[in-house]
Amino acid sequence: MLEAYRTVLRARALDDRRFVLNRAGKLAFIISPRGHEVAQVAAIAALQPGRDRFCLYYRNFAAALACGFTAEELMLAAFARAADPSSGGRQTPGNFGSRRRGVVIGSSTVGPQIPKAAGIGLALKWRGEGALCYVSFGEGATSQGDFHEGLNFAAIHHCPVIFFCENNHWAISVPQALQVAGPGVAERAAAYGIPGVRISGDDFYAVHAAVFEAAERARSGGGPTLIEAEVLRLQSHSTDDDQRAYRDPAELAAEALKDPIPRMRDALITRGWLSPQADQAMRDEVNREVEKATEAAEAAPEPEPGSLGRHVYADA
Amino acid sequence: MPERTLVQAVRDALYEEMERDDRVCVLGQDVGRKGGVFKATEGLQQRFGAERVMDMPLAESSIAAVAQGLALEGFTPVAEMQFADYSYPAFNQIVNEIAKVRYRSNGDFSCPLVIRAPTGGGVRGALYHSQSPEAFYCHVPGLKVVLPSTPADAKGLLKTAIRDPDPVIFLEPKKLYRAERQEVAQGEAALLSLGSAAVVRQGRDLTAVTYGYMRAVTMQAAAKLRPDGIEVEVIDLRTLRPWDVETCVRSIQKTGRLAVVYEANRSGGFGAEVVAELAERCFASLDAPVSRIASPDVPAMPFSPALEHAFMLNPDKVADGLRRVARY
Repeated sequence: MLEAYRTVLRARALDDRRFVLNRAGKLAFIISPRGHEVAQVAAIAALQPGRDRFCLYYRNFAAALACGFTAEELMLAAFARAADPSSGGRQTPGNFGSRRRGVVIGSSTVGPQIPKAAGIGLALKWRGEGALCYVSFGEGATSQGDFHEGLNFAAIHHCPVIFFCENNHWAISVPQALQVAGPGVAERAAAYGIPGVRISGDDFYAVHAAVFEAAERARSGGGPTLIEAEVLRLQSHSTDDDQRAYRDPAELAAEALKDPIPRMRDALITRGWLSPQADQAMRDEVNREVEKATEAAEAAPEPEPGSLGRHVYADA
Repeated sequence: MPERTLVQAVRDALYEEMERDDRVCVLGQDVGRKGGVFKATEGLQQRFGAERVMDMPLAESSIAAVAQGLALEGFTPVAEMQFADYSYPAFNQIVNEIAKVRYRSNGDFSCPLVIRAPTGGGVRGALYHSQSPEAFYCHVPGLKVVLPSTPADAKGLLKTAIRDPDPVIFLEPKKLYRAERQEVAQGEAALLSLGSAAVVRQGRDLTAVTYGYMRAVTMQAAAKLRPDGIEVEVIDLRTLRPWDVETCVRSIQKTGRLAVVYEANRSGGFGAEVVAELAERCFASLDAPVSRIASPDVPAMPFSPALEHAFMLNPDKVADGLRRVARY
């Protein structure tokens, strides 16, 4: 539990540093998980990195840390360095991939990972070892045909897949009311005959419990589950976007007070698992880690220009 | 060796590869119980079961995506798009996902799979069962594109494609599915390497580079030119990405003239790439402007027999085009 909290803090501290570096002109493009961190780490904590598969999307910075990526590795991606383990500096830094960690390399298009995860789920079902595939996406992705196709296929074949929607109610500037007909995403599960639940993504325990239950179902042959975690987007869509241009200032101010990280800290303190002093010590430690990761990544070499043509095909 | 039609050869290739390697599986619409709308997967489900030969929901994007998921997990899926025209809903999965997996992961992941699709016209299929979309896929680094024209080539190239470590788009000219029977080798003897063209007619006056159904049309056109003293060398590319530039260069060095004959719309077609590359490589050898002989730039092949005929290349149209190049 404290490790999960440390991961949440690490994600926030790294993200804050990335924004500073972006504004300083050192990082080209960042997509922030701000407001999503607790939901992401809680979900992954209910699963088994190393055994399960993870099809992440571009806002899953905290989820990637929870899957085992280190601070330095994510900074290497932010600086587009050769040693970026996901893509060697080829993709924007939100496309996570690591075969040995079971994190399936993503792309920047919205939603294609959903039916892909169904296919991975089919393979895992055939193999019969109890592993599952976790796939995450925002509510904007649920407008894609691939969302329907992926849920439909996984439900027909009872594939061990957890569909995890991080609904922050905004797809860049388009609000949920113009994106999702009906009350929300979770209700759509009924159309596929699978369980669908909506939970507060700010509540670590609620997310963990929902994902754990879905995982039990998937591992025991019960098929897929759709989980909708409601979260806040406490940052603009990306460093190239400024949500103050299209969102109500009063709403933004109110949301800023609902940051899920203090809530998680308070819950840990109330349970006696964390003291304010230990919290501060942990934050200091994480900040030092971020400092070190930034220095190392910035100093790391860029990809060789001559490597541009590598890995187009197996023999090149 | 048994005699086989092209579609039987495709089916034999699938059967043999599934027997050889239990990771090979087949998925698509109607590929199971029905054995495919063209019978290319006939009997496979009875032999290998409903999992390894899976009838898919009618949704091409997820056919490609599920195949990709299986490939990422170490299976070797052969997905069928019922018609090449219907591969477009899967375009994002093919072009943005499957083709780029290896590159965007810096070699950490790969996606070896085959997507088969019947292509081309001349079967009264109209606008949406007659298209020749090979140029879309040939434009994409990361994909390989194969388009055979004989039973033996179809079998040998499909078996090789299934064993290839990269994704292969395998386009089968539906007009040739039952056009001829040919002795086709079995097992390992059938294998043909990708990227190797076949010189299917020797000639000294003009090189005609072609592929797919147009091979047969070009051969008939070449026969028509013989009485005029024009000897056409015909090259069947067989694989379009990578394609066999060297065989074409050698031929042009001999003949000094080039025409490319292809069934797709003329503009932006794969023939334009062939012409451009060979013009660059063979400028000093050429005695005449290079020429494209292709279908007109209308959206697709109409249903009416009169309009279909007006759209399609035939031996007379191709012979006229070749004669112009030869007489320049």
